[in-house]
Amino acid sequence: MVLFIALPIASVVVQSLFVQHEQVMIEVENCGPFKCETVIQADPDATAALRESAPLGKYNALKTYTNRNHLAFNELGDIWSSSETFFGFISGVYNLPFYKALFFTLTYTFLVAPSVLILGLFIALGVNRLPQLVKGPTIFASLLPMIVTPLIGSLILFWMVDADGIIGATLQLIFNNPDLSLKASAPLTWIMLIIYGIWHSTPFAFVVFYAGLQTVPSDTLEAAQIDGASRWQRVRFVIVPYMMPLAIFILLMQLMDGLRVFEPIVGFSASAKATSLSWIIFNDLFGNAKLYGSAAATSMLTILFVCIILTPVLIRTWRDFNRKGI
Amino acid sequence: MKYIKILSCAALMTGASFGSAFAGCGIESGRISILANDFPALHAVVSKAEECAGGAVTFAKNHTAKHQELQGPALTANPAEYTAKIVTNGSIVPLLTDGLLRPLDDLVAKHGQSLGKNQLITIDGKIMAVAFMANAQHLVVRQDILDKVGKPVPSTYEEVLETAEAIRAAGIMKYPFAMLTKADWNLGEEVVNMYLGHGGEFFKPGTAEASVNNAKGVATLEMLKSLMEYSNPDFLTYNTGAVVPLWESGELAMAEIWGSSMGSLLDDEGSTPAVVSNTVPANAPTVGGGSNPASTLWWDGFSIAKNISDEDAEATFIALVNGVSTEMVKANNDKAVWLMDAYVPGKSAEGVSMVAAAGAEPYPMLPYMGLLHGAFVAEVPDFLQGNESAEQTLADIEAAYTAAAQEKGFLK
Repeated sequence: MVLFIALPIASVVVQSLFVQHEQVMIEVENCGPFKCETVIQADPDATAALRESAPLGKYNALKTYTNRNHLAFNELGDIWSSSETFFGFISGVYNLPFYKALFFTLTYTFLVAPSVLILGLFIALGVNRLPQLVKGPTIFASLLPMIVTPLIGSLILFWMVDADGIIGATLQLIFNNPDLSLKASAPLTWIMLIIYGIWHSTPFAFVVFYAGLQTVPSDTLEAAQIDGASRWQRVRFVIVPYMMPLAIFILLMQLMDGLRVFEPIVGFSASAKATSLSWIIFNDLFGNAKLYGSAAATSMLTILFVCIILTPVLIRTWRDFNRKGI
Repeated sequence: MKYIKILSCAALMTGASFGSAFAGCGIESGRISILANDFPALHAVVSKAEECAGGAVTFAKNHTAKHQELQGPALTANPAEYTAKIVTNGSIVPLLTDGLLRPLDDLVAKHGQSLGKNQLITIDGKIMAVAFMANAQHLVVRQDILDKVGKPVPSTYEEVLETAEAIRAAGIMKYPFAMLTKADWNLGEEVVNMYLGHGGEFFKPGTAEASVNNAKGVATLEMLKSLMEYSNPDFLTYNTGAVVPLWESGELAMAEIWGSSMGSLLDDEGSTPAVVSNTVPANAPTVGGGSNPASTLWWDGFSIAKNISDEDAEATFIALVNGVSTEMVKANNDKAVWLMDAYVPGKSAEGVSMVAAAGAEPYPMLPYMGLLHGAFVAEVPDFLQGNESAEQTLADIEAAYTAAAQEKGFLK
């Protein structure tokens, strides 16, 4: 616990409080195949000396958390005072990168998690009623979306929804609109990502529910049947309450999975229309300009949001646990 | 059977002995290890350098598209993991900022007689890299389609718009134009090109403060948006890997692409003769009455790590000079626009040559340019999708850049 969880988090917290040293700039003349020009450039020796004296960088307190690329307190104040309508304020906030990512992440999580829960239950109920002969193959086929690596799965779908791909072309035919492109419009991209998320996660819920269904006491079900309960009533009043702890478990997993959504955004090349908290962290660490402090701050904020959102579910689990203890 | 075995053994042995006889390039011993990007022209150079391996000279190479991720940590180690890095005027900057490269003046004086003066990249009076090829984005057009609508090859972006409208009006193509506008590094590069085409300056002179929120910035964004009217609505997912196949399948009439992609447009793979024979490279257009083409010049070159012994540095330098030799250019003439004298420009090189001759700017070699490039990528898609005004986007770019530059220590 200490080595693999506490220490990394502590190191990220420390990292988020520091920024790089001020760069010592010097003027130099650069010549290349095309021309010579005078530019200013960082002085590596002077910067190295600074780094030697304080390897962590410059202490910045919580300023990274509050700058424009994160919680943006100053910008929020400006937008609040300058916008006349509530809608103006919201669209101003949505223009800030952190809040934009947060908005998508939360929308994704709160749409995917319940859908996965409900769909998984119905698939499990359906498969449970199948004759023995086709049960095995059906279960295997239903698990496939979960087996595919998210990045590969999203890339496959990305090519399928292309205007020349099988899904994209079919949709154009159905809606009789040759310009319809799932990649071009922001709402359609969001829908595509959310459907992808449901497609990818439902097998998990299904397989857990299916295992749970095998343990539902048959005498209770038969008693309900004798009392004249319809199939729907048996599901609603016997199976669902019995499987509630499993549902809470799946919900917990789905909330955590949703809050760290990342691969589909890369796979669908969707970063122009939808970004998530994890994507921001990736973007800070990718390429030449590595913003360690910024990435660390976003990570801490992500952990904070995970804690806030999971608290109600955890409290509920805790209560259930205590009740059973008595 | 036995006979064949003996024969093949003999063949192997003669092969091995020939190998060591040819190896050397005059290097006695040393470690050569090269990190490079992954495309055919660089394969040609590094493979030629590899011929110097053998005997006490060890050789290793790593061609990877993730070279920029690796270069910093790999060259910071002492001794460095790689003795040489194939860089561009973009990827050399972080290495210079961290002081990880070795000045090459002594090695050039000793072993660099075959190198041209224009190949030497000097920073603050010291040679830090040796360039061997050039690259730039330029226009490519379909001559048959331009003939159908009776338009000449466009020389300005305003003419590109007119021609695109004419092609659309004639019902030939709805989306005749494409450029590399994927919402990653590619889109940032198009903004840089277009802004320089308007004659813009990215920073206040002598400082790291961004200054793009001006009339030229607005004109840059408006022009990109107008062009995207004629590009497929999926344009925010278009990189070279998407545009080249579209061109080859005959779905485009004009496109702005990298010079290094011309080879694959003009070869006989993946397309029809009708498309290939009408594919013509053209200069990068100018824009807004400017005189310079809206494109940036790039060079690829080699540099040597600082944290290695002099012996390894010398061995690596000799091998790479061999890598860019006349022989290599003659064998791989059409793979790139080489900067060496032996190069004979072919059709695929015409575009880059025109861009260079027309006086395009090199991509800025500034340590904080990458941060501004990143801010373009983050903010411009909003504008291109019609979510906000150009002024708002430019203000956002400056704000996003300032926050990042403060964190990196370039701004207070």
